[in-house]
Amino acid sequence: MKKQLKRTSLYASGSSAAKMLEARFYNQDCIVYDLEDSVSQGEKDAARFLVYQTVRYHKPDNQYVLIRVNGLYSAYIEEDLQAAVRARPDAIRLPKVEHPEEVQRIDQKISEIEKAAGIPVGTTELWCNIESVLGAVNAQSIATASLRVVALALGAEDYTASMGALRTKAGPEIFYARMQVLQACRLAGISAQDAVFSDFRDMEGLKEDLKTTRTLGFDGKTVIHPSQIDLVNAAFTPSKKEIRYAERVLAALRDGEKQSTGVVSLDGSMIDKPMEIRAKTILAQAEAAGMWKGED
Amino acid sequence: MRNQLGIELPETVGAYQVRPYMGLDQDQPYCGCIVSQRKAGHTKAGDTKLLPSIEDAILASGLKDGMTISFHHSFREGDFTVGMVMEVIARLGIRNLVFAPSAVVNLQGFRLSDYVKNGTISRIEASGIRGELGDALMSGEIQMEHPVILRPHGARPRAIESGELKIDVSFIAASASDEFGNCTGQIGKNPCGSLGYSFVDAHYAAKVVVITDTLVDYPCCPTSISQQYVDYVVQVDQIGDPEKIGKGAARVTKNPRDLLIAQRAAQVITASRLYKNGYSFQTGAGAISIACTKFLAKTSKERQVTASFALGGITAAILEMYDEGLVKTLACSQSFDAAAAKAIYDRPGVVEIDNADYANPYSKGCYLNHLTFGVLAALEVDTDFNVNILTGSSGQMMGGLGGGPDVAAGADISIVALPIIRGRTPSVVKRVFTCCTPGESVACVVTQAGVALNPKHKHYAMLKADLEKTNLKIVSIQELQSLAESLTGTPKPIPTTDRVVAVVEYRDGSVVDVIRQIKTEP
Repeated sequence: MKKQLKRTSLYASGSSAAKMLEARFYNQDCIVYDLEDSVSQGEKDAARFLVYQTVRYHKPDNQYVLIRVNGLYSAYIEEDLQAAVRARPDAIRLPKVEHPEEVQRIDQKISEIEKAAGIPVGTTELWCNIESVLGAVNAQSIATASLRVVALALGAEDYTASMGALRTKAGPEIFYARMQVLQACRLAGISAQDAVFSDFRDMEGLKEDLKTTRTLGFDGKTVIHPSQIDLVNAAFTPSKKEIRYAERVLAALRDGEKQSTGVVSLDGSMIDKPMEIRAKTILAQAEAAGMWKGED
Repeated sequence: MRNQLGIELPETVGAYQVRPYMGLDQDQPYCGCIVSQRKAGHTKAGDTKLLPSIEDAILASGLKDGMTISFHHSFREGDFTVGMVMEVIARLGIRNLVFAPSAVVNLQGFRLSDYVKNGTISRIEASGIRGELGDALMSGEIQMEHPVILRPHGARPRAIESGELKIDVSFIAASASDEFGNCTGQIGKNPCGSLGYSFVDAHYAAKVVVITDTLVDYPCCPTSISQQYVDYVVQVDQIGDPEKIGKGAARVTKNPRDLLIAQRAAQVITASRLYKNGYSFQTGAGAISIACTKFLAKTSKERQVTASFALGGITAAILEMYDEGLVKTLACSQSFDAAAAKAIYDRPGVVEIDNADYANPYSKGCYLNHLTFGVLAALEVDTDFNVNILTGSSGQMMGGLGGGPDVAAGADISIVALPIIRGRTPSVVKRVFTCCTPGESVACVVTQAGVALNPKHKHYAMLKADLEKTNLKIVSIQELQSLAESLTGTPKPIPTTDRVVAVVEYRDGSVVDVIRQIKTEP
């Protein structure tokens, strides 16, 4: 059930073996081993090797594991993809995606690597970081560019820079981008991940920011420091009403399966795949918060 | 021969007769009258005990070759007194002393090993020998004829009362004293707080010298150690630096790993059915311990749970709990920082206690027998839950026994909190390099990778039932060990020679382990 959750994703720099080792023990749902911004130019090769070894041989079994590769037009992307796919993470996180064609190109490359490595083709998922005006405008087509894409994540710092806006704690400057990402994800039935709150010492500021994250409807948030994890996880604790509804959705689906009905409905509405995923996520969140005991 | 833990021990180490550890709560062989070296005195009106210098006091005490001297370590690394006294003793040419302080810590500008090398000290009995002397002994650079005897805090008063440790002259640094030796650590220029370790020395040593930097009018108020036990008083410029006892509140860690472990240790406490009004705790002074106290305070405030007492070494974090009404009494055998050092004087519920009253079970009562929760730091723990708090991954002396073995045995629930790996070294191992605390007395091990419960602990079933109701991840100690080893690789065993450098005694004076000299590359 835990892997259903994507409330928090913590970055761990690929250049620090110690930090990568420690990161697996925190309470985040997703762990992102980073090859991009946190790794200096001179350490790219070493970091790639370290991340490969870590994910291939020490992948935490109770967390969703991602590898963030270098930029799609960087000199490192080919080698990054080779190592990242073969390390067998749950997903690869692509920085600064701006066009659906970029996703399709990467999708094709990943398929080739999967095939060559004997990994079932299509099993490596993709998270696309939306970090620019162009990315925000094209969010909807990016979200549906490949079946591998399971989440869009907003990168507020670069987005703000590309807008020529000032980054503030209240965040009015990223409102449009947040909504673009959210709507694209909802239409595609994938996970919407909110931007980091950069000041990891400001817990009150994070609490305020999380109110927006939750109110708008995001499924999770990227965190840059372990101290942010518990607050973010707690913000994604569902209400009792949400839990009851999620239970009814899944019960209706089970009944439908038993009776072999093609289409299942609840309270007059058809239950589609996104609704099912949402119900499972709610129950996973409830279980993680100790409010619900799963059957599995 | 082997002790109950399966550890191979020699029958003797030099003149030291090894009595193997046979399990918790064993009777000690000695059950006769308390042994004291204290001589009856006769003082008359007009007498004075004030002497002009440490040298005069040493000469007056009659200190001679082969005698035993003692000190407290309440100033920890801020102590100046040990250095001042040893320098004079060496100058006077007194040799072959037994150095028996409550603990040996790293002291600035003072190298104990120099006094071993020049023959001033020929035997050591303490709680730990961390620092340069420990390293020199472990490497064989210094070889002593007699093994160092290491005792936990509770065992030292037992050894003194049984006559195993006979103190000839005790030097007690006191931050305030009157001319007749009524003295304390609570007031004066440089307070160190509780003089808990010195009560037993004052009561049973043949001669007692109080060294102070603040001479006060008669009578010294408050008085910790009474004039009736004191032979001589000496005034010096400064006995120690309280700011170096510990960094106090400023020491609250920001390390997310330590915070996570601390939070989980506090959760173990607050999830237990024994966590209710009237409970008691000892959390200690390490980074994880102080953070754990903070988390405990938070939950206690939210759930309105008040402890009856906090015990042992008191920190600013525990003092905050007292000030918020979350604990009624702080029973201080030691003050772990400058804030705690001043608190006994300021606050009626913060009391100084004798170290024997704190931890000696071979008496008519000790606080530890009433302790609900104890949080303990460790360098290593093994799959039998045995704890090492003395020796590091390459065999170097890293710590002292402190009250760890006492707290584990006394507390209803003893919690060992440590990271499963440190750098490239596993901390959860198949067998600890040095066993200090027998696993049987450890209720659980809390790490960042989960909580392992000890099936052999007396409260295993209760704790298991309580923790299963939480979201704490319960794992086996074997899982922690194999996870640690999978991350670091299997360390090569530390090669040792047959030479025993130190014996590790348990509370009853039996031997839990010996520490052998490290074999160095030729």
